[in-house]
Amino acid sequence: MHETFYDVMRRQGITRRSFLKYCSLAAAALGLGPSFVPKIAHAMETKPRIPVLWLHGLECTCCSESFLRSAHPLAKDVILSMISLDYDDTIMAAAGHQAEAIIEETIEKYDGNYILAVEGNAPLNEDGMYCIIGGKPFVEQLRHAASHAKAIVSWGSCASWGCVQAARPNPTRATPTHMVPGIADKPIIKVPGCPPISEVMTAVITYMLTFEKMPELDRQGRPKMFYSQRIHDKCYRRPHFDAGQFVESFDDEGARKGYCLYKVGCKGPTTYNACSTVRWNGGLSFPIQAGHPCIGCSEDGFWDKGSFYERQTNVKGFGIEASADRIGATSAAIVGGAAAVHAAASVVKHMTSKGNQE
Amino acid sequence: MVQSNQRHSEEAVYIYEAPLRIWHWINALAIVVLCVTGYFMGEPLPSVSGEAYDYYIMGYIRWMHFVAGYVVIVGFLFRIYWAFMGNRHAMQIFLIPVWKGWWWKELFHELLWYAMIAKEPKKYAGHNPLAVLTMHLAFVWVLIFLIFTGLALYGEGTGMGTWQYDYFSDWIIPLFGQSQDLHTWHRIGMWVMICFVITHMYVAVREDIMSRQSIISSIVSGWRMYKDSRPMDGHE
Repeated sequence: MHETFYDVMRRQGITRRSFLKYCSLAAAALGLGPSFVPKIAHAMETKPRIPVLWLHGLECTCCSESFLRSAHPLAKDVILSMISLDYDDTIMAAAGHQAEAIIEETIEKYDGNYILAVEGNAPLNEDGMYCIIGGKPFVEQLRHAASHAKAIVSWGSCASWGCVQAARPNPTRATPTHMVPGIADKPIIKVPGCPPISEVMTAVITYMLTFEKMPELDRQGRPKMFYSQRIHDKCYRRPHFDAGQFVESFDDEGARKGYCLYKVGCKGPTTYNACSTVRWNGGLSFPIQAGHPCIGCSEDGFWDKGSFYERQTNVKGFGIEASADRIGATSAAIVGGAAAVHAAASVVKHMTSKGNQE
Repeated sequence: MVQSNQRHSEEAVYIYEAPLRIWHWINALAIVVLCVTGYFMGEPLPSVSGEAYDYYIMGYIRWMHFVAGYVVIVGFLFRIYWAFMGNRHAMQIFLIPVWKGWWWKELFHELLWYAMIAKEPKKYAGHNPLAVLTMHLAFVWVLIFLIFTGLALYGEGTGMGTWQYDYFSDWIIPLFGQSQDLHTWHRIGMWVMICFVITHMYVAVREDIMSRQSIISSIVSGWRMYKDSRPMDGHE
């Protein structure tokens, strides 16, 4: 049996007296009567911490790096007290065969009860040979671990959408978790971003732990509490957008005054994330606050949407790349030109037929 | 060919009823507003300096876009209603009689007329088959596309829990991939509509001059007038 919350609290030097006080406080905070205090204490004494397997596929570890910087709650509290992070090759002490053995052990011991956290994705080309973990293709490890998991968390844009390694032409056929063929039918929570905001990551874990259920997801599988609004909706530069005050180039007066970055390609209006509310590095700042347009890193296929510095993104097809306006204006010019030519021909025809009549 | 000096024995036909004419012109005006404001939402006007609270340029442009959008939506719903309640021509642009042989024959004839091969077009009370086809594909369906994608984009602003989001954004955004692609497609839709408007206006002028019936004055007065008194040889 895994350690319970109570065990962990005791181990960290919290007395039983303090523990019971905490349970009373928790009951009061949740609006529950005194009779719930022993129930909460009982749950804390008996409920094991959730075992988590954190697998790494094709990725850059920016999700882990972000996670470790969480301030509310501190990453150490999440890893050491809230969850039982059984496997995460980046931060675990064990290595090699020892480390890999833990995966099997966890799968056997907590079959159907652990959470599988996936960072990065699986390349499918060449039978998955582009990403080998412990001598086997990552995709096999992923399928195996997924089939015994309770739920899957897709960390970051790689696991959620594919991200840079899945950008055109996607030579390794990197495939996001939910689209891997043969993946077990388990609930998948997408936490996109490159990387996701650290507090968003820890909050998703905390939520599942506290309420023992998945957070409410939108149709695309993202937790509504962090991905239901666009950067644009809560952007502190929004008044400049509404006023019509834009940065025209990065060295102009508007840039110094902190005007809206819409014209230099900000994807805030099309990006669902919590950057403009939660911000980064403990609420210190976020890209737009630092004067750079949002690149839309938490959106599906953001690498394939043309320049980061243009508002309109390119449409591919017909062997060319062009923005909607270029395609549209060209079409309108062709239609207009055709009409003019046709009109001229019609005039000639009209004249000649009139001439014939007379 | 055209014996314009003969006395007209054919009577004018009342073809566009008043509600339909009002819809046509309100809709046309709203589409112009939508295209202009929509263009500047994607490619905003030059930046202004000063305090943000002194201006609301982008805000007003977007506001006009949304108002005109609702005008088009309400108008289009009315237009569908009118297709059933109006005269028999009111249904024309919604329902193409592709199962009728004469329709294909007359479409072909109209194409020949536009290719300057046929000597003269047929005489119609309503729309000719080529007009019906163009309006059905490049107007009705493009407008439906723009209304749906437009409401989905609008829902992004009104947010989850609003009908715009729940009935449109919620499924249309994933359908197009993400919000950015939806924006791009909505804009391409605008350009298709602009192409339709160019064609529509050119053809209306051309038909008014060269066909056997009145076009432009009809959408103002409702009456279709004829230039010759030979019998109507086109269906509809």
